[in-house]
Parts: sequence; structure tokens; C-alpha cells
Amino acid sequence: MSELAIRPTQAMVMVGRCVRLSRRNIDAMLTSLLLPVILMLLFVYLFGGAIDTGSAYVTYVVPGVLLLCAGFGAAGTAISVTTDLTNGMIERLRTMDVGATSILAGHVVASVARNSVSTVLVLGVAVAIGFRPAVEPLRWLAAAGVLLMFLLAVSWLSAAFGLLARTPEAASGYTFLVMFLPYPSSAFVPVETMPDWLRGFAENQPVTPVIESLRGLLLDTPVGSAPAHAAAWCLGLLAVAVVLSGLLFRRRVA
Amino acid sequence: MVNAPPAVDLVDLRKSFGDVVVLDGLTMRVPSGGVHALLGQNGAGKTTTVRILATLTRPDSGSARVAGHDVVRERRQVRRVISLAGQHAALDDGQTGLENLIMLARLAGLSGPAARARAAALLERFDLADAAGRQAVTYSGGMRRRLDLAASLVGAPSVIFLDEPTTGLDPRSRQGLWEVIGELAGAGVTVLLTTQYLEEADRLADRIMVLHHGGLVADGTAAELKGHFGAQRLELTWRDEASFAEAARRLGDRTTHREPARLALSVATDGSAPQVRGLLDEIDPDRHGVVRFTVREATLDDVFLTLTGRPVSPPREVTNV
Repeated sequence: MSELAIRPTQAMVMVGRCVRLSRRNIDAMLTSLLLPVILMLLFVYLFGGAIDTGSAYVTYVVPGVLLLCAGFGAAGTAISVTTDLTNGMIERLRTMDVGATSILAGHVVASVARNSVSTVLVLGVAVAIGFRPAVEPLRWLAAAGVLLMFLLAVSWLSAAFGLLARTPEAASGYTFLVMFLPYPSSAFVPVETMPDWLRGFAENQPVTPVIESLRGLLLDTPVGSAPAHAAAWCLGLLAVAVVLSGLLFRRRVA
Repeated sequence: MVNAPPAVDLVDLRKSFGDVVVLDGLTMRVPSGGVHALLGQNGAGKTTTVRILATLTRPDSGSARVAGHDVVRERRQVRRVISLAGQHAALDDGQTGLENLIMLARLAGLSGPAARARAAALLERFDLADAAGRQAVTYSGGMRRRLDLAASLVGAPSVIFLDEPTTGLDPRSRQGLWEVIGELAGAGVTVLLTTQYLEEADRLADRIMVLHHGGLVADGTAAELKGHFGAQRLELTWRDEASFAEAARRLGDRTTHREPARLALSVATDGSAPQVRGLLDEIDPDRHGVVRFTVREATLDDVFLTLTGRPVSPPREVTNV
């Protein structure tokens, strides 16, 4: 399986490339930075007054917005991967014996880096409008860890979708799927308010334990088994994404 | 390099996509060194051949070796000695010319400083030094193609595949690219290029292989091909349709070219007076059908027409500048 072997230098060169390209893609950069902030303001000031979560809504909603932002940013990975496939870049790299894992890792790591920046921005704005997280470095570190795992899993899954799509436009359709997933979860409203059938889904989908972990860790409330569930989901999804993208790459590029 | 394995060795290569047979038992050999053209119409199988050689497509059956390595079983070794540049100029628009080349040189295994040096040297050589710091998105079509070609040289390959390297370029850029391709071969690299332009094959290639319906129909130098299919053409213009039809009937499939609208047809000849006189007597015994004749050098067009029954030159895509 030379396809899946990773060579550190090649992977690093690919990461450098994708980060540079992300930095220069001003439009995408602005969208991925501004959209989450606008969404947060929308939730807090427009819907927030009508939603009763037992605490200030900004406190409740920030973890959800962070995930929304992560999902949105990560989905951009699909578009870059499909673009590389359709413009011949991946073929050039294959004739140079650059492995699939290096190529995809470049996109995934750039996506995680991009999203870390927008996460910090969203958090900054959140604090400015009244979000008061607990001040405890270890818990922050743990929250960052959970978020990074989620970013990694969604980015790699997104890369796999990029290998599936025939055109960059089709790949961008995948954005909606990832954007939608945080809604039927505990991100914006408590799951107890949902009808039973939806609640069953909301409680057992990957986004909910991630949100619950972030919420608990940032606000210094008990997290229970949420971080363990979150880690299991994220690592599981990551494993599926890596294997799936390996298979898709072979099918698509041979 | 007498004992070097052939740059390319194909034996009974077959490839179909669904019901469409693209390569139908292609056997050909390209010796090491020089410029070799794979000439054919759209759909003849040129691109598929190059993709198989570049390890991007697997053949259904048959064997394909590049510099002695099997393209399926020894993909890695093949990838170490080849490079591919093509119609699409796969480069990052968002990176500068210099960044594109440094990236590819690093991927080809060069260290950081060596990659920078190689990139700078290539930009200089391909007349792109002034544009080195500009993003590729600002490059003209010709500059992109030159950058693409430079990119294919970062790993110092010994066999380069160029898939229709000048398609869509304006005549001046095409001329510039031809010079560069000539220089590559001068540096000891084997160049295999595909083209549908006879002029390009004639100008550039030491050897021309004509591909038709997925098989090799001719193989030789331009001069050999022209010689083999008649070095000269006797072109005859007829008085009226009746004499034209009569002559066409007499010549049968010896006619190499016919143009009923101009009442003109041509036939192969060696150009010697006795043979031309003999031909005229044979086709026009009453000596009043032919109104004028010319003897001219056969072109690759004539060769192509003879081989494939169809004229090759598609309408040139010339971009106006």
C-alpha cells in the first residue's frame, strides 16, 4: 500500500502549499471568518431572546457556533481536493510518486489551521458580547483537544467527499450536509425540547457529545462521559475517513 | 548509451473504456534519446498511451515498459525517471512561478536550498525570471506552458511525455516552445510528444509514429515516411468532370488525393521524367484531359491521408493575440 505510506517531507511540503493557497484565497478566507461571527450574532440577538436555556443564551450557544464554524470551514477541504483532481494537479503529483496520504494531509492540516484561526476569532467576538468562560487552563486545553479532534475528523471526511465529487460545485454541496449536522443536536436548543424521534437522533449523533464536552469544559460544569464519547466518535470518523479516502483515491486516480 | 534499454517499449497494449476500444494491440518502441512524435487524430489513442506510460492509467492487457521498468509492477521506478506535462498545465494559480517550482522540486526529493537553486535556474532557462515572483494566475497561455515544462524538469527526468504541448497556443508561443523542446533533447532527455499537428511533428521530431484507431500504422523519420509513401506527388488538374472521373477510375486506389471541386487529383511518383511521362501517358492517353500538372514534395499530410484515408490537419486553433 504505497498509496497510504506517508513521507514526512512530502507531507510537509503539501501542508505548506495548502496553507499558502488558503492564505491567498481572500474570498474563501473572509467567508470562513465572517460567516460564523455573523451566525453567532444572529443566534444571540435574533433568536436568543426567544430561546430559554436556563442561562444567558450567549453562554449556551457559543460551543454550537464553534462547531458550526468548524464544519463550515472543514467542508472547504472538499472543494480544494476536487479542484486539485479536476485541474490535473493530483495527476502531476502522482507521476512524481507523491502519496495519497501526503496530498490529502496537506489539505486537512491546512483546513485545521484555517479553522483554528476562525475559532479564535469567534471566541474573541463571543467574549466581547458577553461570553464568560471559566478561567482554567487545563480545561481550556482539553476543550481545544476535543475541538481539534472534531476538526481533523470532519476535514478528512470532507477530503473523502472531495474525491467523490466530479466538480468543485458538486463538492461545495457537501458543505450543506456538514453545516446542517449541528442543528439537530444540543448546539442551539436543549434536546429535551425536541419531539421524541428527533431527540433520539440528536442525542446519538456525533455533534452532541462534542458540544456537551466543549460546553462543560469551557463553563466549568460536569461533563460526565461526553469527552469519551466525543473522542470515540471523532477517532472513529477519522479512521473511516482515512480508509475511505484511500479507497476512493485508488479508484479515482489508480 | 548503446546498451540503454528503450525509453518506451509497448507490446500488444490494449485498453478499452466500456465498449470503446481505445488501444487495440499497440506495439511500438522508442529508443533512448531524441524527440519522438506520436501523431494521430483526436481519438486515435495518443493521450491514453501517454497516460499509461505515465502510470496514470492501467492497461487492460499487454506490457508497457519505460526505461526498462514495467509501468504497472514497477510504478515507483518508472515515476522516478519520467515526467509528464500536458494540455492542462497543472500548476497552482495562487502560487508564484518560483513557489510552484520550489514545491515540485522539494516533492521530487531535493533539499530546500537545492530546490531553490533548481527553480531559479529553470525560471532563467525558460525566460520566466522576470515573472518569478508573480502568481501563476497572471501568466499568459504561453508563459503557463513554459512554466509547466519547467515544472516537468525539476526532478531531472530521463524520459519526458508531452501531451499536446502546443495545443491552443498562438503561433509565436508555439515557436518558442518548439525551441525549448529541441533543447531538452539536446540535453540527452528522451522526449515523447503527442500532437495532431503535422507541422509540429515534421519540425520537431527525429521520429514519427502514426497512431490510428489504437494501433501503430507507420513509424520512421519524416523523410522515410514521405519516401515510403512516394517522395513526390504528381498533381493533375483536369479539363472537365468526365475526364476527371475517367482518370480517377483508371488510377483506382493509387489516387493519393482527390478534390472534385477543383477537378484535381494526385498520385505518388519518384519525380523522374520517365516515370512522370509514363504516368501521364497511362492516365491521359488521348492527351487532352490534363490541363496542368505539378510535381511537388510529398508532405506528411499526404502520408497521413494515404495511411488513414482522411486528411489530418484539423482546423488550427489559433488564438489571436
